[in-house]
Amino acid sequence: MLIKQISIFVENKPGRLSGITKLLKDNSIDIRALSVADTQDFGILRLIVNKPDLACEALKAADCTVSITNVIAIGIDDKPGGLADAMECLYAANISVEYMYAFISKSENQAYVILRVENNDKASQALSENGYKLLSPEEVYDM
Amino acid sequence: MAKYWNKPMETAKLHEMRALQSWRLSQTVRRVYENVPFYRDKMDAAGVKPDDIRGTEDLYRLPFVSKQDLRDTYPYGMFAVPMEDVVRLHASSGTTGKQIVVGYTRSDLDVWSECCARALTAAGGSKSDFMHVSYGYGLFTGGLGMHDGAEKVGMTVIPVSVGNTNRQISIIKDFGSTVICCTPSYALFLAETMQEMGITKDDIKLRAGLFGAEPWTEEMRREIEDKLGLKAYDIYGLTEIIGPGVSFECDEQTGMHINEDHFIVETINPDTGEVLPEGEQGEIVFTCITKEAFPIIRYRTRDIGILSRKECSCGRTLVKMLKPRGRSDDMLIIRGVNVFPSQVESVLLSFGDNAPYYQLIVERVNNLDTLEIKVEMTSSMFSDAVRNIEEHEAAIRNAVESALGIAAKITLVEPKTLTRFEGKAVRVIDNRKLHD
Repeated sequence: MLIKQISIFVENKPGRLSGITKLLKDNSIDIRALSVADTQDFGILRLIVNKPDLACEALKAADCTVSITNVIAIGIDDKPGGLADAMECLYAANISVEYMYAFISKSENQAYVILRVENNDKASQALSENGYKLLSPEEVYDM
Repeated sequence: MAKYWNKPMETAKLHEMRALQSWRLSQTVRRVYENVPFYRDKMDAAGVKPDDIRGTEDLYRLPFVSKQDLRDTYPYGMFAVPMEDVVRLHASSGTTGKQIVVGYTRSDLDVWSECCARALTAAGGSKSDFMHVSYGYGLFTGGLGMHDGAEKVGMTVIPVSVGNTNRQISIIKDFGSTVICCTPSYALFLAETMQEMGITKDDIKLRAGLFGAEPWTEEMRREIEDKLGLKAYDIYGLTEIIGPGVSFECDEQTGMHINEDHFIVETINPDTGEVLPEGEQGEIVFTCITKEAFPIIRYRTRDIGILSRKECSCGRTLVKMLKPRGRSDDMLIIRGVNVFPSQVESVLLSFGDNAPYYQLIVERVNNLDTLEIKVEMTSSMFSDAVRNIEEHEAAIRNAVESALGIAAKITLVEPKTLTRFEGKAVRVIDNRKLHD
């Protein structure tokens, strides 16, 4: 139940995010979630999109440095403490999170968290055992 | 105060100098042919025998020697005397694999200190001076070369070497240094630090400086003179030839007199190797005619310059070379260190990248040279985690620093964003504007 995340190397200079998002637009790619990690000189744009393979190809064709990483997506209750409980569960299983980002759903009283951890199997198991729902790729891409 | 260190040589008539050069050249060529297989093979291949070289007019018949030849014969392949007679080694800056080693007999050290003594005397130096040597001591020829020359003159030598700028300034002030030698960019750095320490040029006694080992402009000269309250003289040299003192400036400050009784100079067309008439811009080529251990013949310096025999107001008849106006290869001199873009390429290749795109950007910020290396990101380097990329960047930075001997800022950039000219990568952007 792993989700494909696209990571793109982005130099810190004007117009880069605009160029990349325009490219996605031209390929009718829908962004589900995103996060940007930035340093002084460069950033990494991480995207969850509806068509990860197509997006990746289009970006590569435009000379972007792109990689695909398998990440976990879980659903949590959209209420105070919802994220804290999920984190506690990972902590108890001794799993460290490399990075994560969250977004809320349109309809239900649910929020979703994208998790990048060292060991996907171990994390998936710990989360499932504690009653967290791991989202399937289809669920995320077609959201 | 003596005007010349060696008046007969420094003011010799051209025909006398040519006669001396011719005799010394023929002797040197005979010696290298007999003692150095490299020269024998090269001369045999070119069909030239020592007997064919009777004077300077025959010099053009001898094959050139390139820096690559020196690397190929590393470490002692070009030495023309037994090692028992070698009393000193020096080496050029560069990576371990690419450095070159030169040797000196006792007589060679005498020749060298004589050359430096001439330069120091031309800058007004005498035994009543305090000579502050802040070139590096060690394998680099700058420190020990100028040291020996200053001792020969009888100056009170202060062998400070490089580093600890605050302490250097205290020494200049407290010890009463009157003459200094260092790189021109370090001279400006000293001036700035002095200002920060609240010390003015009136608090110090410096009145002359000999600056070399890197290119500098007339503007820098005026700035150094103004800020340190001294007269700034250019000095030129190469490890391969002897070290500092191959040529030096006099009061006229319009070019550097070459010690022609020790080194024959030619200018050539760097593409064809054809010898150019004096006065035409070309690549400078030197032949050593008095050295014993490492007498290099027709060494291509890759420095582009112009020679001038215009009468000099100082009375010296030694030919002058105008400041080098660039290089015929891609070597950069950054903070006195020789840097080739190919060294950076080797480092990047060692990281498993088979066609690295990179660019060296050299700037002069607050009178100090800075080097930035832009490297195009590749998929093998890339990761979704910042930490991994930063670790990779740090690894490149460390490898570059140990290869070049100077620190560089590494900046990762997106693929295909570095300037390419007709498909060819532009490897170097030098914003220092060292050549007017």
